[in-house]
This record gives sequence, structure tokens and C-alpha cells, in this order.
Amino acid sequence: MCDTCGCNQSPDAVTYRKPGGHDHPHRHGDTEHAHPHEHEHDHDHGHHHDHGHDHGHDHGHDHDHGGGRRLSVEQDILRRNDVVAERNRGWFEGRGVLALNLVSSPGSGKTSLLERTIRDLKGEIPLAVIEGDQQTLNDAERIAAAGAPVLQVNTGFGCHLDAEMVRRALAELAVPSGGVLLIENVGNLVCPALFDLGEHAKVVIISVTEGDDKPQKYPAMFAAASLCVINKTDLLPYVDFDVEACKDAARRVNPALAFVELSATGGEGLDGWYRWLRDRRAAAAR
Amino acid sequence: MHEMTLVAGILEIAEERAREAGAARINTVTVEIGRLAGVELSALVFCFETARLGTMAAGAELVVCELPGRGRCPACGADAEIDFYAALCPACDGCLQVVGGRELRVASLDVD
Repeated sequence: MCDTCGCNQSPDAVTYRKPGGHDHPHRHGDTEHAHPHEHEHDHDHGHHHDHGHDHGHDHGHDHDHGGGRRLSVEQDILRRNDVVAERNRGWFEGRGVLALNLVSSPGSGKTSLLERTIRDLKGEIPLAVIEGDQQTLNDAERIAAAGAPVLQVNTGFGCHLDAEMVRRALAELAVPSGGVLLIENVGNLVCPALFDLGEHAKVVIISVTEGDDKPQKYPAMFAAASLCVINKTDLLPYVDFDVEACKDAARRVNPALAFVELSATGGEGLDGWYRWLRDRRAAAAR
Repeated sequence: MHEMTLVAGILEIAEERAREAGAARINTVTVEIGRLAGVELSALVFCFETARLGTMAAGAELVVCELPGRGRCPACGADAEIDFYAALCPACDGCLQVVGGRELRVASLDVD
């Protein structure tokens, strides 16, 4: 139960918080969980099987099927997310806002890159940030200290942000028209690849302290991204990371992927990131 | 663990469609999942068996039809079946572009 206002929310629900604000859990509107309860039934185990390719489907008709009826459905499972993502896209378009979805494994330096970007560009480009993490307000506090409006979305046990979380965050966050919204997704190279937030582009960030085979291990994320930032290049003399091998592996998944090599803490290479940001912002404003 | 999110979507679609058709209960939910969709099928089935409780699909079976990945070579136009990203063209060794295998669909329901 929420200890602030007494509303009946579970403690692991998704929360939306600003640094300095009070902690107010809110249930994520679209997530309905079935509650396990005592229930007598046969355990029909689900199964899967391979399917011949280029098979036909029944379309648009129902028919009897062994006592019951078969209903043809043919509907995308992520339909609801994608509808909300389209609404978010319209929201961004109407305000000339460039929205970027930053994805990476934990510890790649996303928050450090955002802090540096805010400090370097805040006089030039209005920036706002949505922070996604399972727990804590830590990253939002760092972003607020760097000087940008920020909203923390805590997903509880959720492994990714979805379009509805972003929609709700937009209602509470002052995103400047014509500016750039940076959405720092939950640190996870798997699940965030699947969920469209309505962003213009996904930026995947990999640091040289990780393996250079990440693009082969997590190809869906590299396939979905438009830009790959290779961070912590100041550490290259100390680690076993082959930048060209990493790029080659990523290009095999996504030949159109662009790259920027930089050190968010040392500063080298940041001009390439800022150039990409300015170009994308100009394109979003058209 | 996005499989639970997917299961919530599957159940929502299934219940909506079953109610529209005036059904009392759902016996089978058939879904089509592309091999490159990033879904762990055993996790999907596991999540379904938990999440179906208390819904019209409380006793329902989840049938998963796995659709193959399809790649097309931008260089020579060849098509090939693929199981992973970054596959090479069997004809010219170019990098295949994924053109199928990311499907996430509820295909049909069996209802009473």
C-alpha cells in the first residue's frame, strides 16, 4: 500500500518520480496480473511445434471445430503497445521533439554520457530525460544535478520500458518543444529491443570493458538500433577489446548501423555524438 | 522476462475476441512466434500457465507455432531460411537482411 496517500497499490508497481518529489507508487494502467488462487483444473501443458513455412491461414471466418468453435484472430500481440507508441510519435512530431531510446547492458555508461551531453549542450539544445530502472532514483538525481528536467520511471520487476510508461512520463515531464528527449531504458540488451516507445531511433551503447562479441550475442538489439556508441575508449590500452571486430560483427547484423567511438568521461570523440544528435534533431524538426 | 508482458497481451486479445464471439470459455490459444522475435518459448508457456488463472482461458492450452526466419540478400536477391541474425547469403556470401521471423501474433482460438 502507498504510504503517502493510502491508495491501494502494490509496492512493486511501476512508479513515476522526480528527484526531490515524494514517492508515489502508481499501478501501470495496462498491466493486469491474474492473481493465483486455489483452483481445481486439469493441467493442460502448453507446447510448441515447428511450423512449415509459407503456410496458409484461415482468414475472417469462424467454424465448428470438434464440439467447440475455432475463431480466427490474426492479431499482433504487441498491438496495444504499438498503438500507444504511435500516439507518442504524434506527440513528439507535434512539438518538433527528437526522441531517442538509449539501450545497453548495465554499466555501459549511459547515464555518464547523458550527464556530459547535458552539461555540454544545455545552452544550445533544450534536453529532457526519462530514466528507466527497476529501482532507485539514483540516475534521475545525477541528471537533475547536470541541469535537465528528468522523470524517473521505476519498473519494479519489469525488464524494459514500454510505450505506456513513456506516455505517462510525458504527462508529468516538461519536455521543451523543439528539444531532444533522451529515454534511458532499463539496462538490458534483450527485452527493450522488442518494445517500440514511439522514438525516432534507438541508440545502442557498448563499452570497451564488455566483450567485442556483444553484437553477435544480442543481435536483435543491434538490428533495431540506428547508432552504436562505443564508450570508454580511454580504457582501450588496458582491455582486450577489438573495436573493428565489434563494428564488423554489428554491421553483419545491421549494415546501416552508424558508429561513434567516444569517452564520456575523458571527452574524446564526443563531437561525433553531438554531430549525430544535431543532424537527427534537424531531421526531426523538418 | 518480457514473456510475461507478451502473455498479458495474448490473454487480453484472446478474451476480447472470445467475448465478442459470445464464447463461455477458451480451450486453446494458438499463437505464431517468429524465430527471430526474441522470445523464449519455454518462458512464454510457463508464464501463460500462471497468467491464465482467473481468466476465460483458465484451463486453456497454449499452442505455439514457430515461424522460420527469412532472409533476403540485398546484393543478389536470393531468399533463404535463417535461424539467426547476421546470416550470410548461400549464393553470394552477402549479408542477408531479415524479412521474416519477427512475427508475434495470436492466430486463432478454440472456444466453447
